[in-house]
Amino acid sequence: MAMTYSEKVRDHFANPRNVGTIEDANGVGEVGNAVCGDIMKMYLKINDDGIIEDVKFNTFGCGAAIATSSMATEMIKGKSIEEAAQLTNKAVVEALDGLPPVKIHCSVLAEEAVQAALEDYRKRQAAKTEGQAEQEENS
Amino acid sequence: MKVYADQAATTKISSRSLQAMTSCCEKYFGNPSSLHEAGREAEAALETARGEIASCLNARPGEIYFTSGGSEADNWAITQAAAVGAKKGKKHLISTAFEHHAVLHTLDALKKQGFEVTLLPVHEDGLVRLPELEAAIREDTALVTVMYVNNEVGTIQPIAGIGEICRRKGVLFHTDAVQAAGHLPIDVEADKIDMLSLAGHKFHGPRGVGALYVRKGIPLGNLIYGGGQERGKRAGTENLPGIVGMAEALKESLQDREEKNARILCMREKLADAILQIPKTRLNGSREKRLAGNLNFCFDGIEGESLLLYLDLQGICASSGSACTSGSLDPSHVLLALGLPAEVAHGSLRLSLDETNTMEEADYIIQVLPDVVKRLRAMSPIWNGVG
Repeated sequence: MAMTYSEKVRDHFANPRNVGTIEDANGVGEVGNAVCGDIMKMYLKINDDGIIEDVKFNTFGCGAAIATSSMATEMIKGKSIEEAAQLTNKAVVEALDGLPPVKIHCSVLAEEAVQAALEDYRKRQAAKTEGQAEQEENS
Repeated sequence: MKVYADQAATTKISSRSLQAMTSCCEKYFGNPSSLHEAGREAEAALETARGEIASCLNARPGEIYFTSGGSEADNWAITQAAAVGAKKGKKHLISTAFEHHAVLHTLDALKKQGFEVTLLPVHEDGLVRLPELEAAIREDTALVTVMYVNNEVGTIQPIAGIGEICRRKGVLFHTDAVQAAGHLPIDVEADKIDMLSLAGHKFHGPRGVGALYVRKGIPLGNLIYGGGQERGKRAGTENLPGIVGMAEALKESLQDREEKNARILCMREKLADAILQIPKTRLNGSREKRLAGNLNFCFDGIEGESLLLYLDLQGICASSGSACTSGSLDPSHVLLALGLPAEVAHGSLRLSLDETNTMEEADYIIQVLPDVVKRLRAMSPIWNGVG
């Protein structure tokens, strides 16, 4: 069955935004698996004010997987952690002017990738705070 | 540049076939079942086409039944052979793991009706082994159905050998020759084929029309009840322009076939050599025993649909066995049958060429494809290699 992608989807897979990795990322999330044919890896650089300064992605997957990753990064760049945490797959689909029904799971994966990266950031922050507390105790 | 490298999916109708169709519409508008002159002329055109198709297969005109295409011919052949077997208490069917779904899903339906199905392995090279086939045949085997040429990897099965074994064992042999007809010389007598399916649009004929060859003497049950068309087995006024166009296309396609295949092979081998230079790339299926125009690769670290979309952006039409292009979550059953892991099968690309392609087009693919693979690998989280 031939699938029709919207102009926006076509634009985002042909010219994906924010492709790549961030060396000093402080939040990294990876979702999906190769057996199913989709893997998304999201890198976040969040500053001390809790703002996502930079975001990059790497995706193995179909056109919709690339387009949803690209759109999701655009939607959270420059946003606060709280705002990014609100990102839903529905919002990604809407921003892309829709996706074919069999491709909705790609948008779910994009949402999950963002959440996984934010979760990783929170864990790292918690570990850091714990470490600092220990250091203070020891000194 | 625009390159159509998806000839195994469908082909553009040839001008000769199109001309035959339009002139048939104008000249032979009568109903072949009518007694008057217009009807008789239409019937003559129908029977001429039947004779032409028959002679292309070394069959007799009375052994050719026109259908709506390859899937219908496969469904009809297999269900009828199963019915013939069941009457004698034979309810075992043999096929391969990488048949077209028109065959596999028909077998699934028969399984639900109490038939037992054995699917032969096709190994890494995409070829059936004759000793394995022979060993699988039982007292109660009603039918062996093995495709002539696989639609995804293009491997050519040992049809004459299969025919010989089946004839010796007294088992019916059907072959889905949809990918072979028009591209390879077919001889149902020499190869001892009992039933054979073909489709017009795979060799530059029209779509919506195909044929089933059934050896004389094999009882064939009705597919459609109604009038007396197709010797009463498949009722309904014949698709005469389609049938005439298909016959013309098959004749044209087989003309100078060896020469055409040699030219196609030159393009194919140049492409294969160049594409296999891309690191972590494999050719799926035997390189020697495959249709001249078929190439099927897997590229590690990338997914097939995005590959197709990127090629499409550059004007190249190809196809893939990735899950995303099949509309399901599983990658191609053909590539899985060749033993490829799912994650690798997702990254497959089929290029299928024929005599209408040119060396310039092959060169263009060679120029574009490596960069597309590179670009997709650069954004892939599972690719850490070079290239």
